[in-house]
Amino acid sequence: MPSEFTVVRVNGVSVSVPVGTTIAVAIAIAGQPCRTSVTGEPRGPLCGMGICFECRAVVNGIPHSRTCQLLCEPDMEVRTDA
Amino acid sequence: MKKETYEVVIVGAGIVGAACADAFAERGLRVVVVDRDVVGGGATAAGMGHIVVMDDSEAQFALTHYSQRLWQDLRPELPDDVEYEQPGTIWVAADDEEMAEVRRKREYYRNRGVAVQVMDARELKQAEPNLRDGLAGGLLVPGDAVLYPPCAARFLITRAQQRGAKLRLGACVTQISEGCVRSNDGQEINGDIVVNAAGANAAELTAGIDIKKRKGHLVITDRYPGFLRHQLVELGYLKSAHSVSRDSVAFNVQPRRTGQILIGSSRQYGAEHKEVDQTMLANMVRRAQEYMPALGTMSAVRVWTGFRAATPDKLPLIGPCPGYKSVYLATGHEGLGITTSLGTARILVDQVVDSKPEIAVEPYLPSRAVKEFVHA
Repeated sequence: MPSEFTVVRVNGVSVSVPVGTTIAVAIAIAGQPCRTSVTGEPRGPLCGMGICFECRAVVNGIPHSRTCQLLCEPDMEVRTDA
Repeated sequence: MKKETYEVVIVGAGIVGAACADAFAERGLRVVVVDRDVVGGGATAAGMGHIVVMDDSEAQFALTHYSQRLWQDLRPELPDDVEYEQPGTIWVAADDEEMAEVRRKREYYRNRGVAVQVMDARELKQAEPNLRDGLAGGLLVPGDAVLYPPCAARFLITRAQQRGAKLRLGACVTQISEGCVRSNDGQEINGDIVVNAAGANAAELTAGIDIKKRKGHLVITDRYPGFLRHQLVELGYLKSAHSVSRDSVAFNVQPRRTGQILIGSSRQYGAEHKEVDQTMLANMVRRAQEYMPALGTMSAVRVWTGFRAATPDKLPLIGPCPGYKSVYLATGHEGLGITTSLGTARILVDQVVDSKPEIAVEPYLPSRAVKEFVHA
């Protein structure tokens, strides 16, 4: 069991995850889709390895960040509703 | 050998060929459009789709202004996928010298009934907060629009087909002669008239017309809604685009309905291959970042190229081809073919059916530009 946890905010809601967790997983724990397609469909990670671009979200103000390739860090602001 | 006969055979299903097909079909003529590829797959797919009034010359102004009005008239009929929007253009002035050009341009447009507004540095920054600090100002032309060219070409072709026109795709025309085109599948199509609307390839089909390929690059970004509000073009563009020999880049960015940003532009002569030229691309993106530094933080999703059909005097060739009785030209639109397609079609049809055009056709007649004509 991991001994350390870190807290990030997903759409303003705090989520506590073990250190080393990707943001994509934190978003999943928060029960949110990562992004919304042009036609309004909710999207989430498909490949998990940075290729499909379906896991994009706004991380610390940077749009289109691939959340499956980024690890959670303390006080990160993640927005999937921007 | 199979033969077909029409009143009008149009070679090229780009936006110019499509607009011509639609306009001829509207007058009740039996039309066929032939293209080696798909509708709007050549220069049409590599154009930004900026519906812009230009002032390089009186003739260029007349054709772009007339054509923009035709697009405005057509707007209610355009399907949603054409993405017609009217963000307006801002001609961006970097320094006092370019501000002087802004004022000249204002007078020119005003005197010809085009609404414009001069912006000082503060107003420009307010209108486009992502432009860098220290620019001098700009000229807003609110009537300018943008659209998605391949879908606009498809709309025009579809409407032509509804009016009875035929479309032959996948047939590569290898020869245009008096009243006849031949394709590489051995087929001949006869027409009372033949229109060469083959864009940058037009000179390969009609010897003697002075059209050169002028390569361009485009970049499209991911979606960043709200980042950009107007089509922005640097006034330095006037200096670079007019240079007929040197390769050049200019800051030219366009907001798409999706929130994507289309980034241009580059101009190259003598580049025959469609591969992305990394040096030109880097120069183009660097130029864009000089005006909008935050573009450097964005993700590009695609880069592609195309070939403009450039004439020596920057005006298209619209009308009868000298040396022929039945061959007409509708090409040479360089970077303005999306805008001027509709005006081109109207004044070409007017010449063929002998009705009075709404603008003078003389500046665009191919006879002005002929060197020597060799019959195919």
